[in-house]
Amino acid sequence: MFRKSILAVAIATAFAIPASAFAADDAEIGKIREEIKELKDGYETRIRQLEQRLEKTEQGAGTAKPAAPAQSAPASANAFNPAISLILGGQFNNLQRDPGTYQIGGFIPGGDEIGPGGRSFNLGESELIVTANVDPYFSGVFIAAITPENEVEVEEAYVQNIGSIPGATLKFGRFLSGFGYLNEIHAHFWDFVDAPLAHQAFFGGQLKEEGIQARWLAPTPVFLEFGLETGRGENFPGSERNKNGVNSGMIFAHVGDDVGISNSYRFGASYRVTYAQDRSYDDLDSLGNTVTDAFTGDSKMWGVDFVWKWAPNGNRVERNFKFQAEYLRRKEDGDLAFDTAVVSRQAAAGTSGTYRSSQSGWYMQGVYQFMPRWRVGLRYEELNSGNTDIGLVNSGALTAADFPRLAENDPKRTTAMIDFSPSEFSRFRLQLARDEARFNEADNQVFLQYIMSLGAHGAHKF
Amino acid sequence: MNKCLTYVATALMLIGWSPAYAAVNIFTCVPEWASLANELGGDKVSLYQASTALQNPHRIEARPSLVARMRSADLAICTGAELEVGWLPILLQTAGNKKVQPGQPGFIFASELVDRLEIPTRLDRAEGDVHPAGNPHVHLDPHNIAKIATAVTQRLAKLDPANAAYYETRGSDFQARWQQAIAIWEKEAVSLKGMRIVPYHKDTVYLIKWLGLVGVMNIEPKPGIPPSAGHLSEIVGRLQGGAADAITRSAYQDPKAPDWLSEKTGLQVVELPYTVGGTAAAKDLFGLFDDTIARLKKAKK
Repeated sequence: MFRKSILAVAIATAFAIPASAFAADDAEIGKIREEIKELKDGYETRIRQLEQRLEKTEQGAGTAKPAAPAQSAPASANAFNPAISLILGGQFNNLQRDPGTYQIGGFIPGGDEIGPGGRSFNLGESELIVTANVDPYFSGVFIAAITPENEVEVEEAYVQNIGSIPGATLKFGRFLSGFGYLNEIHAHFWDFVDAPLAHQAFFGGQLKEEGIQARWLAPTPVFLEFGLETGRGENFPGSERNKNGVNSGMIFAHVGDDVGISNSYRFGASYRVTYAQDRSYDDLDSLGNTVTDAFTGDSKMWGVDFVWKWAPNGNRVERNFKFQAEYLRRKEDGDLAFDTAVVSRQAAAGTSGTYRSSQSGWYMQGVYQFMPRWRVGLRYEELNSGNTDIGLVNSGALTAADFPRLAENDPKRTTAMIDFSPSEFSRFRLQLARDEARFNEADNQVFLQYIMSLGAHGAHKF
Repeated sequence: MNKCLTYVATALMLIGWSPAYAAVNIFTCVPEWASLANELGGDKVSLYQASTALQNPHRIEARPSLVARMRSADLAICTGAELEVGWLPILLQTAGNKKVQPGQPGFIFASELVDRLEIPTRLDRAEGDVHPAGNPHVHLDPHNIAKIATAVTQRLAKLDPANAAYYETRGSDFQARWQQAIAIWEKEAVSLKGMRIVPYHKDTVYLIKWLGLVGVMNIEPKPGIPPSAGHLSEIVGRLQGGAADAITRSAYQDPKAPDWLSEKTGLQVVELPYTVGGTAAAKDLFGLFDDTIARLKKAKK
């Protein structure tokens, strides 16, 4: 650049001089030209020397790589590839009781994520997460879980629109329901190996919805969010219904804020209604037959959730504490069919009567990071099976002994964990639990778990 | 129930909705951009600062309060280069604010406006928490701040055309004062040239380059990975025999490891503000560099 401008000056001068020195003779002009050439050559040599010196200095700076220009063009169409990350997880379980006999006594089972898993080494679900913007209007999220049984499950696959209405986000596809706090959070971000008993009993693990979710955030300095969710509701506690329209509806609200610089909280409430059609489960009748019973009716659930986080000066790198609690209550009202396949010789086999239950559960947990990388956590939880009202028992057609799974029970569990995270992307956890979910039987459980995340850096929800 | 909710929502909106008289609501991820926006926007903007100098900018909690503030922002100024990757995406996804999405006029990633250092040639997490777009701590070179200020001024004028002249005047006033300050800092810091420092994290590379310091090594073995006892004793060995002049620590970093090293090596720990608010003297961007240079000079003596 310098060289160019000098040339330009030289040329300009060369043209300007003959004009100004109108009367100058050829010899004089030649002399001037020579002088200019000398001047030019001199400058060029000096610039070359300067450039060499600059180069040397840059090399001398050693480790520091030369700064790339801020606007570097993407190399190829592959630059449009979505962000991909992969979660690898697994655990080693030591269970006092046979996990094959696991049940949450007093609660109609459903869903496939109940219980502590198998003994010995267990590969967890390997989760593949792919996200990208679709266009200026939509973004897409796809999360597949490859199960240890070599099956692929679509955990979440949804499209999102942000802010077409100010404050609103719209999600459609399959997603984790926004009920409560923990349900929306992916298992690899959980603070314990397993879901709370309440989530296992009421959702069969984690509630997924196939449908639409709309959220609206109020334009207030305090976090105030309202949401609606509706969909097919085919997952427990609902069921597939082969019906037009929708089978579930939910409303929820969240409020949250900071308290000083070190504390922040979120409080939430949710209410969800769904309908179950022939939601079947196995039980053992009084004659010892394995019978299939089925519930048909409304399943209404409400819950409140609370999260409090603390970190000194809001800097959570060294130390931080998180308290989390949820209360869930489910009311089911409808009919319960006994022995739908009619394998029992009882007269009431194949008949049905009314069924009404009101059951609740809660957990609370605290997790404390006492130094970088290390955290300890404690969780306590209880379920209350309530008084289940079974028409076939009330009428005398059958006895309570024909529905042993629905006997009154108050499951409890106490869990302690310690985890170590070598980096933000890896974590090892030791968890001890005393699980009293079965009828009158405690199970002492030990888990060793690892969670590794590869690829794109994930963001953590509050 | 629905009706009830609507009433509650309306009531809360009426109470909580503070109609900002300022024309532009600015959400800033880190303190340096809040201070810059304050210099450039004056009383025509209303500012929200998402984090403080005592918080590690990589690891801010995506708190509900931040989501709520992002909701009403007209302009968001963040650093980018993945500095805020652990929390900013959550705010952007849940705030439902179309104006402040990357690529929109209401969104600025400051690091994209300047030449970044340490763009990795090899992208591998085995190297720790590396940033593919280069080192994000760009604000510690005041020449970068000048470039970013120009962009912020232009953006303010675009978002709030009615006050464009105001922003232009304020912008050129700031630039003049800033260039003057840079000249003074560069003169003052001549004696710092060649000073060998041991920073905790790679958050001072722009400062090192600007002032001609020498970064001997970092206390962290790899970016984002805290030093183990073994690594620390290894550093002690490498720092024997006057291999460095001082250990530096940014305000948000835990003093334990630097202090321990200082005890073992006899090197002084210089606490640097890192950003606005990191020390009492670093009240604004000017104070940030005044104090940073003063503290380094004090240690050099």
